[in-house]
Amino acid sequence: MEIFLNEKSIMVDEGSTAFSLREIFKKDADIVIYNGFIIKEDVLLKNQDRLTLIKRGEIPTMQELEGLMVSRHTPGVHEKIKNARVGIAGLGGLGSNVAVSLARIGIGYIKVIDFDVVEPSNLNRQQYFIKHIGMKKTDAINQLIAEINPFVKVETEDIFIDEKNIEGLFKSVDIIVEAFDNPNSKALLVNTVLKKMPSKIIVAASGMAGYFSNNRIVTRKVGDNFYLIGDGESEARPGCGLMAPRVAIAANHQANTVLRIIMGERDV
Amino acid sequence: MLVNGRKMDFENITILMLLQNLNLDINKVVVEVNLEIVSKENYPDYILNGEDKVEIISFVGGG
Repeated sequence: MEIFLNEKSIMVDEGSTAFSLREIFKKDADIVIYNGFIIKEDVLLKNQDRLTLIKRGEIPTMQELEGLMVSRHTPGVHEKIKNARVGIAGLGGLGSNVAVSLARIGIGYIKVIDFDVVEPSNLNRQQYFIKHIGMKKTDAINQLIAEINPFVKVETEDIFIDEKNIEGLFKSVDIIVEAFDNPNSKALLVNTVLKKMPSKIIVAASGMAGYFSNNRIVTRKVGDNFYLIGDGESEARPGCGLMAPRVAIAANHQANTVLRIIMGERDV
Repeated sequence: MLVNGRKMDFENITILMLLQNLNLDINKVVVEVNLEIVSKENYPDYILNGEDKVEIISFVGGG
């Protein structure tokens, strides 16, 4: 029967178990992942099962790395994610967090767009480091993604998005994440995508400032191609700033919505 | 008409007038009438009638 060992197809005898393959292929492996789940007790393998053997702390080769990274995904998920094409408009608190989550799950292609540079006041909620201060956000996020998951193809565009360039900028993606700070830009992007780009899906956000309840941040499906995340009213303003926890909650609502769309789950 | 699921009593009102009535900024909204997105340029001329279902998303800043 065929099984996948570290994501590579191999033929094994009927009756093989997870631990019997560890004996043969990687005796010193102390982490055994069976169909996306770490096991402590031996299991009998079935045709098409996936098994990953990892020695804790060992640095894998680039060839091995991708297989090991996807081993915690449920089988069948990785192929779809790898083929997905996502655009992120804005690389602030929302966009940088969405980019990192999507990179970690192994999205095949991410197009990131921003016109700004990293500054100290970004570090309270955005995924950048002190060493990135002064760097273009597109370059900084590109560097971060390469360090998290070098198998993601990243395209960057250092540009201010306006009504005229939206269609061209997002031609190469299927799903667009609206991650701007400015409400006028948010409305402009959503209106343009829904009106002029009927084949695209947009995942937008509105209302995530402060430290109000986690549970007021929700995901709504407004239309077939329009998802909206946030509490709808907590605006960033004097006395009510943006902070990492709530912005990251909203960003990861967006990232999980993207993942669900990729996996064919269109309801919220 | 229904605006964001709530019954409102307006007659022959344009989208622009409705937005002004609700104190909303035309540059920060997405307006859907009977599940169709309406472009900003059409807000001043688009007259809503009693049967229309209007959905207004008004964005707030922050991200």
